[in-house]
Amino acid sequence: MDLNDTPELAEYRAKVRAWLDEHKAEAPERDDVVARRAWQRRLADGGLAAVTWPAEYGGQGLGPLNQVVVNQEIGRAGVPGIFDVIGVGMLGPTLIAHGDEEQKQRHLGSMLNADEVWCQLFSEPAAGSDLAGIQTRAKREEDGSWRLSGQKVWTTNAQYAAYGLLLARTDADVPKHKGLTMFIVPMDAEGVTIRPLRQISGEAHFNEVFFDDVVLEPGSEVGPVNGGWGVGMTTLMFERVAIGLGGEGFGWRADRFAEALLADEPATRDREVRHRYGEIAADFLALRFTGYRMLTTLHRGGIPGPEGALAKVTTIKAAIAAGELLADVLGPDGLSDDNWGELVSDLPGLKSAGGTEEILRNMVGERVLGLPPEPRLDKGVPFSELRAKEREAIA
Amino acid sequence: MNFALTDEQEFLKEAARGALSRFKTVEAAREALDGGELPDLWPTAQEAGWTGLLVSEEHGGAGLYVMEGMLVFSELGRVLAGVGLLGHLPATFLLDRGGVADEALANGDTRAAYVPARPPGDVDAGWTVDPRIGTTRGDAPRIADDGSVTGEVAWVPDAPGADVLVVVGDDGRAAVVRASDATIEPAPGYDATRSLGHVRFDGAPGTLLELGDGLTAAAWYVAQALLAAESLGAVERALEVSVQYAKERFTFGRAIGSYQAVKHELVEILRRLENGRSLMYYTGWAGQDKADEFPVAASAFRLVAGEALDHAARAQISVHGGIGATWEHDAPLYFRRAQLSRRLLAGTADAADRVAGELLTQARERQAAA
Repeated sequence: MDLNDTPELAEYRAKVRAWLDEHKAEAPERDDVVARRAWQRRLADGGLAAVTWPAEYGGQGLGPLNQVVVNQEIGRAGVPGIFDVIGVGMLGPTLIAHGDEEQKQRHLGSMLNADEVWCQLFSEPAAGSDLAGIQTRAKREEDGSWRLSGQKVWTTNAQYAAYGLLLARTDADVPKHKGLTMFIVPMDAEGVTIRPLRQISGEAHFNEVFFDDVVLEPGSEVGPVNGGWGVGMTTLMFERVAIGLGGEGFGWRADRFAEALLADEPATRDREVRHRYGEIAADFLALRFTGYRMLTTLHRGGIPGPEGALAKVTTIKAAIAAGELLADVLGPDGLSDDNWGELVSDLPGLKSAGGTEEILRNMVGERVLGLPPEPRLDKGVPFSELRAKEREAIA
Repeated sequence: MNFALTDEQEFLKEAARGALSRFKTVEAAREALDGGELPDLWPTAQEAGWTGLLVSEEHGGAGLYVMEGMLVFSELGRVLAGVGLLGHLPATFLLDRGGVADEALANGDTRAAYVPARPPGDVDAGWTVDPRIGTTRGDAPRIADDGSVTGEVAWVPDAPGADVLVVVGDDGRAAVVRASDATIEPAPGYDATRSLGHVRFDGAPGTLLELGDGLTAAAWYVAQALLAAESLGAVERALEVSVQYAKERFTFGRAIGSYQAVKHELVEILRRLENGRSLMYYTGWAGQDKADEFPVAASAFRLVAGEALDHAARAQISVHGGIGATWEHDAPLYFRRAQLSRRLLAGTADAADRVAGELLTQARERQAAA
């Protein structure tokens, strides 16, 4: 057990800290998107973005520990990090793994500089946890271009995005995982409509995106045609890594909750409040050190397994409990408090983000514990016949 | 940064599992409830060097720290093995730091027991001990300047059979008392593998230990950490057994582990186990490198591991259906272990309170400094 920096890492940390000390006065407000994008460019110029990308694509070619050092130092400096976390953290690495050279040369640099923001277009109204059930269709034309129609949902940053990485069905006559292809979609193309999706808090952190016969140029596909499922799995793997590296990025931390409780000193001596807070804090501490365990796996060249999903379940459970406790202590004002109101309102929905809790528990039960799968109706059935089969099942 | 076990630590774990596999500890746990004899594991503990884990090398021990102790305890916990180490290890920790440990303590020829006292917190000022009945904690024994000890402590792990007692007093000092100078009443518990005693001192002659700051408090957290690790080992085993059964038992034409209700319950055991394991590593790391976080780490670990075992023991019974609640099955033994363990050494609820107290104190300090 050793959380200390090696001499090389300590030197790297000093360099990062010095850069941040020099530039932190230029850091923008968190909700100023234009300034946040400019700040991402500054961070990228300073070598503080895309730390783990290969150098040939503008990254630093360093390991996950360096990325953690950057995250920690940005947190310590109290400045915002990069704006396009989804692009640089998940979609860029997917392009690096599966894109062709032309796609990489065209997109990675402008993604890194936030000249072009990206969004992820996977989930649909009728396919979230069962992602392979998506219905958005892409049909190939004779000239090699594609026609795209369908709807995506839960799309963060769609309103700012120049491009999206989109999973579409390209063959409905094979079982559902086998007929999917990944595409790069220009968000300003004719036929793309973006609508904000307001949530319980009243804020709109997500969008719905509609595609109405959108034309995609030949060569827009990422990876093999009908090989989109594997490409999507790469993205989701990087999502798990991102969560492992920056689980406290939401600001849900035991120490911050303690500071909030000090607003009512008598509450900090109340046995029940203390017990509830102690349970919440223990969960968040466990998450922090689960992150270090995951990081050790990454550092040794391993890939975090599906058990990482359990960290998400704990995060949501503990954050819900924290919102409850803070609202109880702060009173009705706590429900719309600037700092904590969204914690109360956003969590019921976040429980389903990145796969519902139920589906994550199925996945971990089957892949980690080796329990037998739920009986399913869709195995080996061509997607085009699934609907009829589903109807038959409920008849 | 490296947050994983070292090869030596992995080896220690495997060696412990191997050594314990020579005994039918779980069967013995059941028979002991009907008055049967438990296997004597002390010679095994001596041979394996567990008795001297926390004694420094100059005093004949292994000079290791709480992480290695926890690894051995998690193996003990898996198979419900009763060895007198929950008393011996924190006691030798204090004796060693007080400069009075010797070869006999390290090799286990002398058996020591730690008479625990809970350190003061942010709300409660005194050093307190578990009461025999009820929820009101008692004052820790009074240690006079000549080292003599007066007072009572209930539910002391491994007091029966100990040669020397290391007592923590109401002022946070510690003294060594010969067990023959105290009155030790064995307290047969709900879990027959656990040796407990109520200890009374009537001006018992003792020797004050000269200890650095914070060490008597650290001993409390060492004991919390060991008990937590023992619980976590039991969770690991309860999960394995339950998963195996869920794959083999069929109802309505399906293995019960294919039903979400059962699957999700088993995953919940795993979720708590993994959280506990992360906190065990945190505790081990803090114990060695980050003393100011050791109290919060060990307390969080105690809380999560104690609750994980309670949950796992109940889930194990449910997954097994009616048979899980019968005398012949092992599940009730894990249940007994869970219920008694989480009420010892001030209990898991007190550990939650300690986590809160430590973090609130830090937050107050940050606020005052700002």
